[in-house]
Amino acid sequence: MIAYLTRRLIQAALILLGVSLITFALLYLLPADPVRQIAGRSATPQTVESIRQQLGLDQPFAVQYWRYLTNLVSGDLGRSYIQRSEVSELIVARLPASLLLMVGAIVCELVIGLSMGLIAAVKRGSATDQALMVGSFIGVSAPQFVVGLLLLYVFAVKLGWFPIGGYGTFSHMVLPSLTLGILGAGWYSRMMRSSMIDVLRQDYIRTARAKGLAQRAVLFGHALPNAILPVIAMIGIDIGMFMGGIVVVESVFGWPGIGQLAWQAIQRVDIPIIMGVTLVSACAIVLGNLLADIVAPFIDPRIKLR
Amino acid sequence: MRQLLTSTVAASALLLALGMASATAQETLDPKAKQGGAITITYKDDVATLDPAIGYDWQNWSMIKSLFDGLMDYEPGTTTLRPELAESYEISPDGKTFTFKLRKGVKFHNGREMTADDVKYSLDRVTNPKTQSPGAGFFASINGYDDVAGGKSESLAGVTVVDPSTVRIELSRPDATFLHVMAINFSHVVPREEVERYGADFGKHPVGTGAYKMAEWTLGQRLVFERNADYWHKGLPYIDKITFEIGQEPIVALLRLQNGEVDVPGDGIPPAKFQEVMADPEQKARVVEGGQLQTGYVTMNTQMPPFDNVKVRQAVNMAINKDRIVKLINNRAVPANQPLPPSMPGYDKAFAGYAYDVDKAKALLGEAGHPQGFETELFVMNTDPNPRIAQAIQQDLAAIGIKASIQSLAQANVIAAGGEKGGAPMIWSGGMAWIADFPDPSNFYGPILGCSGAVQGGWNWAWYCNKELDEKAAAADSIVDPAKAEERAKLWGEIYAKVMADAPWAPVFNEQRFTMKSPRMGGDDKLYVDPVHIPINYDYVYVNDVQ
Repeated sequence: MIAYLTRRLIQAALILLGVSLITFALLYLLPADPVRQIAGRSATPQTVESIRQQLGLDQPFAVQYWRYLTNLVSGDLGRSYIQRSEVSELIVARLPASLLLMVGAIVCELVIGLSMGLIAAVKRGSATDQALMVGSFIGVSAPQFVVGLLLLYVFAVKLGWFPIGGYGTFSHMVLPSLTLGILGAGWYSRMMRSSMIDVLRQDYIRTARAKGLAQRAVLFGHALPNAILPVIAMIGIDIGMFMGGIVVVESVFGWPGIGQLAWQAIQRVDIPIIMGVTLVSACAIVLGNLLADIVAPFIDPRIKLR
Repeated sequence: MRQLLTSTVAASALLLALGMASATAQETLDPKAKQGGAITITYKDDVATLDPAIGYDWQNWSMIKSLFDGLMDYEPGTTTLRPELAESYEISPDGKTFTFKLRKGVKFHNGREMTADDVKYSLDRVTNPKTQSPGAGFFASINGYDDVAGGKSESLAGVTVVDPSTVRIELSRPDATFLHVMAINFSHVVPREEVERYGADFGKHPVGTGAYKMAEWTLGQRLVFERNADYWHKGLPYIDKITFEIGQEPIVALLRLQNGEVDVPGDGIPPAKFQEVMADPEQKARVVEGGQLQTGYVTMNTQMPPFDNVKVRQAVNMAINKDRIVKLINNRAVPANQPLPPSMPGYDKAFAGYAYDVDKAKALLGEAGHPQGFETELFVMNTDPNPRIAQAIQQDLAAIGIKASIQSLAQANVIAAGGEKGGAPMIWSGGMAWIADFPDPSNFYGPILGCSGAVQGGWNWAWYCNKELDEKAAAADSIVDPAKAEERAKLWGEIYAKVMADAPWAPVFNEQRFTMKSPRMGGDDKLYVDPVHIPINYDYVYVNDVQ
């Protein structure tokens, strides 16, 4: 286990190094010049050059990258070009909101996805099953921007059940979590359905039925615990999916997380922020996958870590 | 607007003849205004910094004006200059020395009295390259600027503290725009001790002399401004507390306004909802329309064939159907025929420009040796409605045989292409267009039409360089005497007419601003489309529902 963890952590570090190199190179190659964004349109060429020098952007790529890495090791993500403050400060201020949103989304996708999958499996082949599966298909394919605005319009503006965007209380959290979770719910309902169908075919279910247990006891006592485990193991992998989703969902709902930060930074070529958020997201994805792999053998003894 | 300005200039000319222009800042307060209340304003993008030497965004421009003050400002809702922290000023006959008498008893938010040393410190700081101010270039006419900008000195030789309430500023050349420069955010006065205390983070802990002081800033979420009870301008501001909620999409902000949760959506009415809002009389009544010191234009790279031929450029000017483009954006603009926007002093109402005439355009192309047209590229920023406008231009150009392929890119990439000598044959300026830094005709020339802007990384995307016009511009800007303001405006009018004869741009439209407000907001409509305190003048608006 320890050897496995060490190996995986080294792998993770290498992946992060690769991500940082690729992102840094891509941003370096962008035709847009960050110095001119900072210097503004009234700046003289002299001012532009002076700023370029102060930021070290006149150095060759290797020097710039090496300096970024050495700073990174000491926890310094640099200063934002546009916001003129520490990137780490900006990310730390916004990370809790994004994590909270992800927790909400995980709850939503599990509750919705698992129950839809369960019902569909039990009523397999019926109209309910078909309706649920069409629903899950829509959930998977609907653009989050549209879903978000739709939910906002119906439940916040028209019905007034929830606040119109913003952050702070539990009721602020419901709609964005739902928007972010619907995509995953679609996947989970399909996984849950097939996993459940698989389990319901097993001999021990037949045995349970044969000994006269009620449907409810068979489903919740015997089938569900076995069917649900492989599904749960996927949560770690969701984090990667969320990282893409939060950019959209946070913008729609005015949720002050790192997705919104990234989106604004991309529009203004604020390279230190783009780098910082990319690295934080990459960390989250790598850790999520690692977590999924570590948890898997505990949930499903057929899986062994090697 | 122009008339208004001229009359005030004439008035100040009279005062100048007496040797001194005196303060007019204590104008009568709005008798209907009530003191108190709290309002909520929303913005989509983060507020980057509230350091007046650095902030240069839509959302922080007016916030900085409410936290800090400059020596000069404008009458609220107009483009008329007036003294602010200065009580009066004196201009030497050669137009090169400006002496400002400071208002007494002005206090920073930390309680210390503002003095002439602070004014000098603020100017030294903004021009120091270490500050990385995007506005440093505005101060280039001050004596000693080059030494400071070049890192040879930390102090502007031309700025002298005569006594604690008098500052003398000497220029290296007469500069008619200098009073505007003293009104721009970059010259606003900051207290040295607070700047030194917070260092690079001063922009997150702003301390000024302004009508409001900062009470709270939760990164990425909200800023709260509180009324400065010690404000030198007695009676102002009216509102006790302004909350800026950040990160709100314009569409969400509008829904919240309709729900009574927001008082002013700072980013305006989203285009998709514009018609719906304007079709509803109740909502339309709360929309204030105003001009904007902005022009949207197509640049043609005068150093790239075939646009090096003036006839081709004139043909493009005649080929574009501006009325159709204005309709395309729901009439949120007015068609333009010259670089200056209508609310800018110096705008020539009588100027005819190039009328829409496809046949004449074709004929001109023929004369230029391109009877069959040619292929070219049109660069455009990739956010709505700009690609749609580019398509309309593309169709118009196709009608005279010019096949323009559209390069739709992120803003920074279009700006980068425009700054390369052979980077972009044509650019539609939408989303990156010039918005004046201060209401003076010269502001539309230097960086975007003058030779100094036609350099690598510059903003003169037409790469238009007419030495003769540069000289004329310099001559016009050396007319400092307010009595000759008419003459100067006329000179500028001639310069822009000459520019249009060379047609490096095809001006397309001037955007109008539409600000929506909640029913409880009070104050003159012009405060909501203030040409200088963009987007709204927080110091003078008030709410009607306070007791």
